[in-house]
Amino acid sequence: MTDYNFAYLDEQTKRMIRRAILKGLAIPGYQVPFASREMPMPYGWGTGGVQVSAATLTPDDTFKVIDQGADDTTNAVSIRQFFEKTADVETTTETSEATVIQTRHRIPEEPLSEDQILVYQVPIPEPLRFLEPRETETRKMHALEEYGLMHVKLYEDISRHGHIATAYAYPVKVEGRYVMDPSPIPKFDNPKMEMAAIQLFGAGREQRIYALPPYTKVVSLDFEDHPFDPSKAPHPCGLCGAEHSYLDEVITDDQGGRMFVCSDTDYCEKRRAAGHVGTLTQEAAA
Amino acid sequence: MQTNALEGGFAQPAQQSALAFRAIMDVLARPGQIKDLSGAIPPLPLSIAAGTALLTLCDTDTGVYLAGDADCAAVREWIAFHIGAPLVGPSHADFAVGTWAALVPISAYPIGTAEYPDRSTTLIVETDALEAAGSKGATLTGPGIQQTAQMHLPEVAVFQHNHALFPLGLDFFFTSGSRIAALPRSTEVR
Ligand SMILES: [Zn+2]
Repeated sequence: MTDYNFAYLDEQTKRMIRRAILKGLAIPGYQVPFASREMPMPYGWGTGGVQVSAATLTPDDTFKVIDQGADDTTNAVSIRQFFEKTADVETTTETSEATVIQTRHRIPEEPLSEDQILVYQVPIPEPLRFLEPRETETRKMHALEEYGLMHVKLYEDISRHGHIATAYAYPVKVEGRYVMDPSPIPKFDNPKMEMAAIQLFGAGREQRIYALPPYTKVVSLDFEDHPFDPSKAPHPCGLCGAEHSYLDEVITDDQGGRMFVCSDTDYCEKRRAAGHVGTLTQEAAA
Repeated sequence: MQTNALEGGFAQPAQQSALAFRAIMDVLARPGQIKDLSGAIPPLPLSIAAGTALLTLCDTDTGVYLAGDADCAAVREWIAFHIGAPLVGPSHADFAVGTWAALVPISAYPIGTAEYPDRSTTLIVETDALEAAGSKGATLTGPGIQQTAQMHLPEVAVFQHNHALFPLGLDFFFTSGSRIAALPRSTEVR
C-alpha cells in the first residue's frame, strides 16, 4: 500500500466513479448520477472533471490540461500539478503527446486519436435546466424524449435575432436519443464531438457523469430552414495565420488596438514553429 | 476459510485497478474489441479476466450474482475476502458472472427504468473463446464503432432484443482466460 491515495481519491470512490463512467458509455448522452466528493479545489475549478480524471488516469498516462484552450492558466497549471503529485503521471502541453486531456470550454484543434481520452469539466450538465428548474421534471422529459420546449426556445431565438443566438453550450442530440449539454464549448467545436477519442463529462456540484464512445453520432439541434452554423469570427489568426481555428480577441495596447489569435495555444505555437505567420507577426518583422 | 481465498487479489490495488479499469473502459467504449485484462488470480471456475473485472468494479455497494458453477465455496470466500460484495439473486444484481448457459434467461435481470436506465445489471459472461474459429461472428454497429465490428456471440436474437430496449437494457462483458470484450446495450447486432 502507498501512503497516499493514488490520484487523491480512495479506492471505493474511484470504483463508484468508474461504474458511473461505464454506464455513461453504455447509454451515450444520459446523465448518470454519482456521489461527488470534496476535492482540494473550489467547484468553479472543475471538480467534476478532476474526479473523472482521477478515476481514469494510470501511472502510464501523459496528462494535459487546457482552460479555454490554454495550458498556462492558474486553473490548468494547478490541476496538472495536482495529478503530477498524486498520480505520478507525466504531463505535457502538446495535444498529440497526451493520452488523457482534461478541458474546460474547448476541444483541441488537432484531431484526437483512438488512443486519447478527453475529459470535460461541466458546470451545468442539464441542457433543459433553463427551461425547467426541477430535476424531477427534466428527468421525466429525458425519459419521455420530450424535447419540444428546447426546439421552441431555439426557434424563439430565430424569430428575435434572425438566427440561433446560442454561441456556447449549444445543445446536441446523441444517437438520435438524448439531448446533451456539450459543456460551454463554443458551437464552433460542436462538429468535432464526432471523434475517434473517448469523451467523458464530469459535473461536480451537480453530481453527474456522462460520456460519448468514439464515433458516436452527435448532432447539433437545428431546423430545416435554419441549419446549424458553427461559424467563427471571420479573421485568420494574427500570430499563425490559421483560417479555420477558433479565435480569442486580445487587446494589444491601451489605444484600443486588438487582434484575433488562436484560443488553442499549443496549436498556434506548433504552427508558428512550422513557419506559419500571421499579419501581426509579419508587421513585427517588417 | 481456505488459505487460497486470501490470495489472488491485487498486489498494488490502486495502480492495478487503474490499469484494469482502462482496459474495461476501452472495450466497453469499442464494442467487439478484445483486450488483455489481468492482475487478479481468482479461484476456478472464474477466469483471470472475470476475477479482475469483479475486483476492479465491485465492492460492498454492489450486489453480485454468481450463476451456476461460479457459485461455489471458493469463489464465495474469495469475493468475501477481497471484494466484500453482497451475494444476491439475479433480480437484485448490479453484476452477474457465469457461463451463458448459467446466466440465462436474461429476463431475470433489472434493465433500469425510463428515468434511471443506469439501474441495470452488467453481465460478465465466461466463454471458451472470444473469437470463434471459422466463423466471422455477428456484425456490430453503433456508438464506439466507426463502420462495423465483428464479435462471436452465444446467440444473436437475445442481444437484438436487448438493444431494442435502449436506453434501457443490460450491458455485457465477455471474458476468456485473461481477455475481455464487451457488448453494451447501445450496440446493434446483425
Ligand atoms: Zn494561431
